Amino acid sequence: MAEAFQRAAELDERLAALRARYPEAPVEVVAEIVQSILVTLHGDLSSREASLLHEVEELGQVIVNAKREIESLRVDEITDRQIPSATDELDAIVTHTAQATESILETCETLDDLASSLPQPYGAKLQEATTRIYEACSFQDITGQRINKVVQTLKRIEAKVAQIIATFGGEGEAPPLPESPPAAPEGDGLMNGPALPGAAMDQSDIDRLLASFD
Amino acid sequence: MAIDKSINILIVDDYKTMLRIIRNLLKQLDFNNVEEATDGAEALAKLRAGNFSLIISDWNMQPMSGLQLLQEVRADAKLKSIPFIMVTAESKAENVVAARQAGVSNYIVKPFNAETLKEKIEKVLGHG
Repeated sequence: MAEAFQRAAELDERLAALRARYPEAPVEVVAEIVQSILVTLHGDLSSREASLLHEVEELGQVIVNAKREIESLRVDEITDRQIPSATDELDAIVTHTAQATESILETCETLDDLASSLPQPYGAKLQEATTRIYEACSFQDITGQRINKVVQTLKRIEAKVAQIIATFGGEGEAPPLPESPPAAPEGDGLMNGPALPGAAMDQSDIDRLLASFD
Repeated sequence: MAIDKSINILIVDDYKTMLRIIRNLLKQLDFNNVEEATDGAEALAKLRAGNFSLIISDWNMQPMSGLQLLQEVRADAKLKSIPFIMVTAESKAENVVAARQAGVSNYIVKPFNAETLKEKIEKVLGHG
């Protein structure tokens, strides 16, 4: 656009110079000459169409430059290495925390058995402690579901990036996008996993909602 | 009248650690007759073959979800009166409403504590 304005200014200057050099020449005649030159340059195009054509050519150049820049960014590294590596790391977190949780539960079960043979109040105290540990261990289920949601999101990003590469880089076909998780309780009833704190109801809210049906 | 602690309870969850946690919490509440299933289809087969007085089920499972299991149970003349507690991380109002419409007896949101589990069991077994 800036270049077009610059050219228009140059044209004005040249017209002014022509008028100064040939003061007798009517403006209409000069305009006719300029129009004839433009038509010669762009076939049957009017000056307005020629200007549009020029802008389209400029836009094409912008796209070519963007393509080169995207290629130089090596975005294929994101899909080839970085995202698969991130999902592997997340899978490893789930596996290791699951193993740790199993060990904790096993130890708790041993303590639970011991609790029944201890005199009171020690037995009750010990069982109370193991109850708290069992409750806390349910974190593994929640974090596993949350990590799975992150992995699914990463896979969608990976597919989107691959599509951008295929569109601009023109190398092969982009892989299909993974399906989005269902947003509502329909069909087989599979849901979205745990919601973030504040985004869903707690147990007392649920109790109130259920009570409203009675 | 005290709750009969000898009843058969079926717990359903595709996550074995969660099954283990619920089983241990039930044991601490003196419920020792507990069977496990890892999805709705397996649960349904066990329910039809056995004699259960309580179902405690997760929602997110494949190939048959907890909601589908609930619908199957309520549509089965032999099983339809068994109390059904949904224990799930799904805590949006529409989930609770969908479960209620399908005939859920009570609904526990994960993570939960032993006291909540005890309270809901007592309630659905008619002692709450």
